[in-house]
Amino acid sequence: MTYAKNSSIPEASGSVHAENELTRRDFLNEITLGALGIAGLGSVAVTYQFFSPNVLFEPSMTFRAGNPDLYPVNSVTFLQDQLVYIVRMPEGFYAVSAVCTHLGCITTWHPERDLIECPCHGSKFKQDGTKVAGPAPRPLPHFAISLTADGDLLVDKLQNIKPAQVLKV
Amino acid sequence: MATTLISVLQNLRETKVWKSVFRRGPANTNRTRSLAVFGNLFLHWLPVKVREKSLRVRASYYLGSISFILFIVLLVTGILLMFYYHPAAPQAYRDMKDLQFVVSNGVLLRNLHRLAAHLMVLAVFWHMFHVFYRRGYKPPHEFNWVVGVVLLLVTLFLSYTGYLLPWDQLAFWAVTVGTNIISAMPFVGAKIRFLVLGGNIVGENALLRFYVLHVVILPLIAFLLIGVHFWRVQKDGGLTVKPKDGDGKE
Repeated sequence: MTYAKNSSIPEASGSVHAENELTRRDFLNEITLGALGIAGLGSVAVTYQFFSPNVLFEPSMTFRAGNPDLYPVNSVTFLQDQLVYIVRMPEGFYAVSAVCTHLGCITTWHPERDLIECPCHGSKFKQDGTKVAGPAPRPLPHFAISLTADGDLLVDKLQNIKPAQVLKV
Repeated sequence: MATTLISVLQNLRETKVWKSVFRRGPANTNRTRSLAVFGNLFLHWLPVKVREKSLRVRASYYLGSISFILFIVLLVTGILLMFYYHPAAPQAYRDMKDLQFVVSNGVLLRNLHRLAAHLMVLAVFWHMFHVFYRRGYKPPHEFNWVVGVVLLLVTLFLSYTGYLLPWDQLAFWAVTVGTNIISAMPFVGAKIRFLVLGGNIVGENALLRFYVLHVVILPLIAFLLIGVHFWRVQKDGGLTVKPKDGDGKE
């Protein structure tokens, strides 16, 4: 059985493209948009690189804290330039950040109360950095501390360590 | 005296130069007045006609106009302050102190800039509340409402970036605290803070970045959006007016 042609439907004249066929114009449009998209992403990437400085004129994140003998046992010493407390306990050394974990204010060590206190919003910490009071969301971080070959303390602020790790000298 | 002045003005109007600038002749009919507004770059985005009731004080309290005038005051005083200010540490603080104590009329300019900035934040907020309670965010004004919200944000960013420029303790700690709020954002916070400050601390790079944002980028965005904002008021058919303010007559 054959189907008779329905003459009431007009036949399209000339070359008609099937719906999913790619015309030359579509192809050129897509390739142009693709190229512009890649160029756009690339310019975002190089702009991001441009705005990220490679050299910082800031205090180095890794620094020497001098000879261990400078720090008496059971003492907390604030290093102004580095914003770090060097704490020496009978079991060893550790380095605690002096920057409040709430909004970045510089805390102060109060030996008479045995507390590290933030002047901005009243957070209080123990000398090992654990929070006692206030809005700070996290304890003060401990930084990696080691000895150099010539016997100085070396603190690396880029490396956070567990509070249990202490440096025995 | 008065007649000579009038005749001088009349002679001036006859000159070729005058006619080349003011093409439409004297604005003495509604048609020529409209053409004068249409044909002027600085007036063409304003409406040719306004309803009388939208000019009444209670219709707007002129809060938008007051915000704009304060913006112009800030532009003029800000550009003048730039002549004595170096965006570098620690020179910035010294320049700020010099403006207060050494530069002639420097303290006037600095305080004008500071007070106008405070007032502009106040005026822009008040403007927003007024428009909100008048239901000015409803169609056909939705788009202009969004432009207005962006302008409010730009005003706040201008205010915040300007806060750092005196480079005193208040500026330093305000920006330290503010940028630490940025770093509370999940995943990208620390990266964005690094980009905004150009480093890990509020230092030279941060001062320069805030300066460029404050004197170039944000004012340009504000200026562009203010243009759109004004033009849109006209396109949307003027201010939203409470029927009561019109006393029942147009």
